[in-house]
This record gives sequence, structure tokens and C-alpha cells, in this order.
Amino acid sequence: MFKILEKQVFSPIIKQMVIEAPRVARKCQPGQFVILRIHEEGERIPLTIADFDREKGTITIVFQEVGKTTKQLGTLEAGDYIKDFVGPLGTPSHIENFGTVICVGGGVGIAPVFPIARALKEAGNHVISIIGARTRELLFWENRMREVSTELFVTTDDGSYVRKGFVTDVLKEIIDERGKDNINLVLAIGPQPMMRACCNVTKDYGIKTIVSLNALMVDGTGMCGCCRVTVGGQTRFVCVDGPEFDGHQVDFAELARRSATFRAEEQRALERHTCQCGCGGGK
Amino acid sequence: MAEKKEIIPKKHPMPAQEPVERIRNFNEVALGYDEETAVAEAKRCLQCKKEPCRQGCPVEVDIPAFIKLVAERDFAGAIKKIKEKNALPAVCGRVCPQENQCEKYCTLGKKHEPVGIGRLERFCADWELARGVLPQEVAPPTGFKVAVVGSGPAGLTCAADLAKLGHRVTVFEALHVAGGVLMYGIPEFRLPKRVVQAEVENLKKLGVEIITNAVVGKFATVDELMEEEGFDAVFIGTGAGLPYFMNIPGENSCGVYSANEFLTRTNLMKAYLFPEWDTPIKVGRKVAVIGGGNVAMDAARTALRLGAEESWIVYRRSEKELPARHEEVEHAKEEGIKFAFLTNPVRILADENGWVKGMECLRYELGEPDESGRRRPVPIPGSEFVMDVDTVVVAIGQAPNPLVPRTTRGLELGRKGNIVADPQTGATSKPGVFAGGDVVTGAATVILAMGAGRIAARSIHDYLMKKKA
Repeated sequence: MFKILEKQVFSPIIKQMVIEAPRVARKCQPGQFVILRIHEEGERIPLTIADFDREKGTITIVFQEVGKTTKQLGTLEAGDYIKDFVGPLGTPSHIENFGTVICVGGGVGIAPVFPIARALKEAGNHVISIIGARTRELLFWENRMREVSTELFVTTDDGSYVRKGFVTDVLKEIIDERGKDNINLVLAIGPQPMMRACCNVTKDYGIKTIVSLNALMVDGTGMCGCCRVTVGGQTRFVCVDGPEFDGHQVDFAELARRSATFRAEEQRALERHTCQCGCGGGK
Repeated sequence: MAEKKEIIPKKHPMPAQEPVERIRNFNEVALGYDEETAVAEAKRCLQCKKEPCRQGCPVEVDIPAFIKLVAERDFAGAIKKIKEKNALPAVCGRVCPQENQCEKYCTLGKKHEPVGIGRLERFCADWELARGVLPQEVAPPTGFKVAVVGSGPAGLTCAADLAKLGHRVTVFEALHVAGGVLMYGIPEFRLPKRVVQAEVENLKKLGVEIITNAVVGKFATVDELMEEEGFDAVFIGTGAGLPYFMNIPGENSCGVYSANEFLTRTNLMKAYLFPEWDTPIKVGRKVAVIGGGNVAMDAARTALRLGAEESWIVYRRSEKELPARHEEVEHAKEEGIKFAFLTNPVRILADENGWVKGMECLRYELGEPDESGRRRPVPIPGSEFVMDVDTVVVAIGQAPNPLVPRTTRGLELGRKGNIVADPQTGATSKPGVFAGGDVVTGAATVILAMGAGRIAARSIHDYLMKKKA
């Protein structure tokens, strides 16, 4: 059992938890993820590591409530326990001094970008971060991101905070302004359409772009093959070969289709979950 | 003067759930012998002097001795005798390919059906499980610490043997529950999970510590276990957990599963209980399972239980070459599984949403024998046809899981990413590190993995005793 030490509610659907998991905290690196299971009947869900504290033996996760499991997770409080918490899984981010790197975090994707941006900055990079969300309420960690970035840009789709627009708008502006040759790498993490859109922008400029893929997953150790994705025409497993890949090589259309495999079942589980909480039945 | 024994030519039949019933549930198919049947079957044993059955048992169970005890109705004595050699009798009694092992050599089997050794083993194990497990003797502590990586059949056997010898054993398991392939791979209807967990509980009673959610190679490497966590020796039994795919167009369509994913969702995560349990699985109307081994049979039979109207085994050789156990094939046939022999897919067709809508196949014929001794399947040009299926399960085997081999310094690896280990000792190229089971041999059987675990335990013990001297 893994204890939840702290919980913070960023918005009604975005929450942060600090989990006691010394074995994971001891070894994890930026870019890696964990798989958790809340209770005996629960499913195994992957979540990217947002932060870690080796001394305290803790892992920070930030998640958006979308399905039954994340909604259930959101109802847990500090002092509660999570049944299973395994990691660190996946290949860590490749960190070196690339020069100038743009880190793009969209929505809940801001969280996994954070430790990578921090590591890139520590490695001597000029880190330009762009964070964005649909609306002001869904934006978090602006200050933390500012601390680990050389420059920070903020955008909201609806213009409710700082500037109106998409992260891709800002990305394009920065590249145009600084010149494509002055940007050595782009890292984009967020919803699949956002990562795909970022890749479309950078492809025209020929700037290498790393994305962190969120695929369906069961075991997370390469055993089930559920998370397979086509990268550069080859089948790769997100759980062991990734989660980071060259975004220009990723078949995003296939990834989107595969991610939707259980959409009807997920909807069914969610409705059933909502019914059980006594709010009037899945409305 | 001994009375002349009347020979019963056939094994006592195994009571089983009727096919029409069982294809609608996940309950165990074979129900096991009752005491009277077990005693009667045990009395079929000739107790011959040569004991040929014993040569066919990879873990060296004293078969005639335990059968004699069953015949004498000393069931407690019988299970004790089995457990001198076999840590997982309830598992082996169910899933061992007995017809190719002990029973293959049975003297009675030369003219008649061999003694149902596997069924008797299962009977003894179930008899004990129903009554609470008898305590086992454990040697005084040696002070040595051994890490066992992976809690499948190889790891559990190795851990049990080492614990009985007085070593402090810690088993590291990547998943949230111990048992490995016995939990995620073999279906409930063939091996109830309560049986596996009862065996795991036995291990704990021997003093073995089991740490789940622990991926060796990630939270700690084998080197770190030895250098930082003070383990004196390590056994690697991480199995063959890397599914092969066919690398044909359309294979990443929705509705194409590896057998591992299909079975893991169903067995380990209990997707058949969705939505009471949270993990879903989606099975269409017509399912094709590619492959002809036990895993393929398991997947095809599982698909039927999950509600498929038709479930096909698609195999590129003929029925004669099916690698699955005969009993599994028979059970599958009884349940209505259909077989497309000498057939292999070349392309999976998807609809506009990326979902499987058919599978283009080629017909095959058998040519000259290949290096496996089986006649090589040769495609017949122009024989393309489309199978009308909406779900495909790929069950063509697994490679050794690379997580531990890749992260352990100085470990010699084979061509297929397997760990090279001496078959006589389980020793690897790295001192103090032993390996066995599918991670060494490639995908094989539960009992061979257990045999490898046993061999390794013996040599780990020797290694530690020498270290002490």
C-alpha cells in the first residue's frame, strides 16, 4: 500500500498528489512514469512522474480526471492509500546541453514537462517554456515552470489568462522571431492533438521534436504489447521504448485510433461510477 | 502369494463441466477426481521396479511412492511425498504436459492408457488445499540472502527450495500479484487463481518474502541488489514476456491483441467481470487466434467465454503438428472452437475507424522437414482469401523479456536476447547470478521452468556453502 501524503486541488478536474514510494523515488529520472492501481478491482493506469524527492522518498503526480479511475483517484485524500504503485517505468529523457530548447506543456502535460525542463536547464540549456491550457482554471505550476525556465510564455485557448491562443501559435512566433537555426530542440507534452500540432509546426522548420506518448497500457514492462505505436514505420512499445519519441516519426492517427479502443467501455464504467456516488445517476 | 491384478485398460475419466455450460463461464473445466476414483486410479499403477515414469519428471517426483500412498488412502503421506520435490503440485497437476512427460514412460502405457499421474498429483494437492496446508520443515538459517527476480513457476520453485535450505529469500515481482504466467497467462478455467495464490501462501509460510510492484532493472538493477542491498546470490526467472508480432500490414489496427494482452486483461485484471472490475476487454463476433500452442488454445477458448460467436484457431501447419497439449485441443474442439489449418494471415484489413474487419490469408501445404523436424509450411501462390473476423489475437510466441538482461552488467546473452545459463547448474556468466525458465530457454512449459528453478536452487546452495567455507 502506498500512502498519499499531500493532496492539492488545482481545479475541479486537475489534482496533485504526493505519494510515499521510496523505491520509485530513489531511482526515477525525468521522463519516466508510474503505473498505479487504486484498489483490488481497479485497472492499472500509467501516469507520468511530475516531480520526485529522493530524500523524502516521494513521487508527485498531477492528473486530470477523465475516466472512472482518475475520478476515483481524485476522491482520495491525504492519509489514504493507493493499492499498487510501480515504477519508475519507461526510458528516461535524454538530457544534454543542446543549446536552446523549447519546452511545450499543454494542459495536464505541464506536469511531466516540469522535471525535464529543470534537468535541461541544469544541463546548461537556454530553456524557453510555453505552457497553455483551455482556460485559466486549468493552468497550474506557472511559478514552478518559471523557476526552471530561462523564459516562460503562457497562453489560454479562451484568452481568460495572459494571452488568447494555442501553444502552437506561441511556438511558431518564437521560432519565427529567433530563427529556426537558433532552436536546437523542441519538447512537447500534452494531449495527443496538441503534440501532433506542435510537430506539424516544427516539421516545416526541420527542428527535432520530442513528444511523450500516452498510450493504452496494462503491465508497462513490454509484456502485453498493448501500447504499441508506429514510429518511423516500425512498431515500438511506448512502455519500454518510450514514452518519448521523435514526434515527426510518430503515426499520430494510429495512436489516436488505438487510444479510442475502449472508449465505449470507458464511458460505461464512468456512467456506472457516477451513478454510484449518489448524485442522481450519471447525469 | 499376491493375487493376480486385474488391469483396467483406460484411465478413470476426469469429471468435467459440460461444454454447453462451461463456454459461458470461467469456472474450472476439469473438476478433479474424488477419493474413490483417485484410489481406484492409483491401484492401476503396477508399482513396477524400473519406475520409468520418474525419468519423465523434470522435478524428479517419486511418482510410484506417492501413488502407492494414494492407493493405501494415505493422502497426507502422498502429498508430503510429492512436495519433497514439487513446490507447486496443484499447478503441475493441472497444467503439466503429462502425456509427454511422466505418463509417456509409464509401463502400463505400453499396452493400455498410462496411469493418470497428473490427475493423481492434482488430487493430492487439492486434498491438502481443502484441509489447510501441512507444515514443512525448514533448515536452520544460513545467514545468506538470495534475491529471486520474477515470481513465475521458475522463481517460485527456486525460492521454495532455497527457503527450505535455510536461506533468506526475497522474491521481486513486477506485477501487483505473485505467480507470473500462472496469474496473467493461464486462464481461470484451466488453473483457478485461488490455487496459485494458495501455493504462493505456502511459500510465505516457508519464510519467503514477496515484494510485488518491483520491476528489477528499473527500481534497482541486479548489480544494485547485490552491491547495495546485500544479496549474496540472485536467481533470474523473468520469463518470456515480450510478445512476437507477425509484422504484417494492419497489425496495429484496433481489435488486434497479443495473446499476452488478451490473456492479461482477462486473467490478471479480470476483464470478464467488467464493469464490476475496471479493466475492459473488447471481443467481437468472430475472433481469429493465430498460432497453435497452448497459449493459442487458451486465447481461443477465452474469446468464446467472453461472448464471441465464433472463435478460430488459425495455424499454418496441419493438425498433426499442433504444439498444444492434446487434452487442450480436445477441450477446445468440444467447446466448438473452429480450426483453420494450413492457413496464415498476410494482412489485416481495417474499416474506416481503424477496426479489424477481416484478415487476408494464404493457404499452405507442407514441404520438407525444417530444423525443428516438422514439415515446413509452404504458401500456395494465388490462394489468398479473406476470413471474416473482427478480432485477431496473435499467439505466435514470446521472446525473453529484455528488462533484466539489458540492465545487468556482464551477463552473456544469446541470439534471441535470452540469458545464457549452464543447463546443468543455471549458472550465468556473472558470478553469483543464476537464471532459469523461459528467460533462458525461450517460451516453454511450466514444469520445465520449475525444473530449471530447482536446478538453480541446488547450485545456488552449493555456491553459498562454498562461499562460507
